[in-house]
Amino acid sequence: MSTVQLFRTGDTPLPDVIILTHKLTREYDMGSELVRALRGVSVQIQKNEYVAVMGPSGSGKSTLMNLIGCLDTPTSGEYWLNGQKVSDLADDELARIRNKEIGFVFQTFNLLPRADALHNVELPLIYAGLSARNRRERAAHALQRVGLGDRMDHKPNELSGGQRQRVAIARALVNEPSILLADEPTGNLDSTTSSEIMDVFRELHHQGQTVVMVTHEQDIAAHAARVITLRDGLVATDQARAA
Amino acid sequence: MPFYEAFRLAIQTIRAQKLKSSFSLLGVFVGVSSLIASCSIANGVDRYMTEKFAQTLYGVNTFQLRRQPMFVPNVPDSVWRAWRRRPRIRFSDADAITKGLTVPVITAWQSSDQVTVTFANKEARDIELTAASERYFDIKNLDIVIGRPFTGEENRSGVPVAVLGDAVSKRLFADRPPLGRSVRIGGVPYRVIGVVAHQGSLMGFPLDRFVVVPALSPAQNLVNPPGILDAFLVKAHSDLEMREAMSQAEGIMRSRRHLRPKQDNNFVLDTSEGIQRFWAGISNILNTVIPGIVVVSLVIGGIVIMNIMLMAVAERTREIGLRKSLGARRRDVLRQFLAESTAIAAVGAVLGIIAGIGLTLLINKLSPLPASVSPTSVVFGALMGAGVGIVFGVYPATRAARLDPIAALRQE
Repeated sequence: MSTVQLFRTGDTPLPDVIILTHKLTREYDMGSELVRALRGVSVQIQKNEYVAVMGPSGSGKSTLMNLIGCLDTPTSGEYWLNGQKVSDLADDELARIRNKEIGFVFQTFNLLPRADALHNVELPLIYAGLSARNRRERAAHALQRVGLGDRMDHKPNELSGGQRQRVAIARALVNEPSILLADEPTGNLDSTTSSEIMDVFRELHHQGQTVVMVTHEQDIAAHAARVITLRDGLVATDQARAA
Repeated sequence: MPFYEAFRLAIQTIRAQKLKSSFSLLGVFVGVSSLIASCSIANGVDRYMTEKFAQTLYGVNTFQLRRQPMFVPNVPDSVWRAWRRRPRIRFSDADAITKGLTVPVITAWQSSDQVTVTFANKEARDIELTAASERYFDIKNLDIVIGRPFTGEENRSGVPVAVLGDAVSKRLFADRPPLGRSVRIGGVPYRVIGVVAHQGSLMGFPLDRFVVVPALSPAQNLVNPPGILDAFLVKAHSDLEMREAMSQAEGIMRSRRHLRPKQDNNFVLDTSEGIQRFWAGISNILNTVIPGIVVVSLVIGGIVIMNIMLMAVAERTREIGLRKSLGARRRDVLRQFLAESTAIAAVGAVLGIIAGIGLTLLINKLSPLPASVSPTSVVFGALMGAGVGIVFGVYPATRAARLDPIAALRQE
């Protein structure tokens, strides 16, 4: 693992650091009690890393995932994404960041059931404001990248679980995001299909894609080059694995 | 996301959910189609009243000298009784006016009442018997298809000849030729010399149940005392000349009746203006009441759309969460749902316009009401329909736009 910047409040991350969180906290006011889901998480993830985030349920990994994915804002601390401080951005700016910088892959695929594969992959490009022709070209290209070039006009219910997840990956890639953010990407898949998807992730990683994957499965996390474990809202371990 | 994308998306969604969408556009559909149909009826009746009705009852550029107005809605009893005490119009009044007018006009005497007309053992009841002079046919634009009208000579000498309305002729003679046969009116035989073309009905009143006979023929006794007229009809070439003739006739009558300058006329010079003014009143009421009813039904339609859209937002929470996670801003989601409700309402409005026009044509065909499509109501309907979609779409769309993406994505 390369050098880690000693980050202090007021600093700017080094150019190669895609994700930098500094003393990130997130608290939920549940009325009767204050839930402290994150209690000061500082991690740095560099370009083209393949990182798995692990931890038992309640460890704060979903909360961290939401913050990294710009779906949520921290209670305190800093979050820098691709050289931009995003921890204090407003709603619409976060939407723009999600659109440009982040490619989500969900456990339940989250495809639109009535739209075919091509249209599903096109979705982020609509919000990026691309023309219809441009969108179609790029969506088709993304589908070819995940090996579904011949399934573009299939609706989700005409595809297998693995194929659906690959459509979702193509959708995540189509905007050429800084990070691919996967939340239990194999949670709904059998083991053969799971390893297929892991192959896709490895291939993307080889092509230079930064991948962050949240999982609670040890053997899935084993595909990553670095594993960060959370416990009780703090980083418990942060280990690079021998490739 | 630009607007056209939002609309494309909306149309896709609507097409994917045909049944649900058709339910939600029902309200607007009914509202708009009833708006157009009812405005068309009002509009058609309006045109009918101003064009045909007035002409049929009075004739073009024609006024009638009468004891009291022919068409009098809502007159208090006291006024009515005062009218009944006025002197009647006499033959001699008509002659004096005919002689006194300097404007070129044609004139006719007219007295009418309901009688029974018989032929052999056949009977036609409640027939309007009109004792008139020969120019009556010209003034009333009666088109004689069989035979001829009676002449001035026949009128003056009171020859018992009759011109029948189409319905009377059909009733008494069926398919036999009526000319030359004798019908009995008040016990006196009248020779049929002509039949007037079929005129149909006016607002449901049959126009063909009449007989016209010479004013001085024996039937005069059936309708009025000797020397008395119901009306003296004067037709001029233009509106201007009619007004001139009216003021001359007024002067002649006032001097004949020895009215002092401060005394009111004890006769009327009746034109179609009165009935048109009366109709304008009804028309005003219709034109305020109908839009009111329609607005109520459109509001109901809007509430239906709002409910369906709220349901759609609830059902598609996950989709909204997904779209947000993929970069949809609040306004993108807002637009998407607003476009959907507007498109539903617009489709409803378009179908409503088509149905409204269809309904209008149908009413025209099948009922005595003369409906004609009112272009304003079409424009109004289209605007209202789309407006309903926007107004009632705002709340559900705002709810959708405000959804928290994390919570939305988590929803099952």
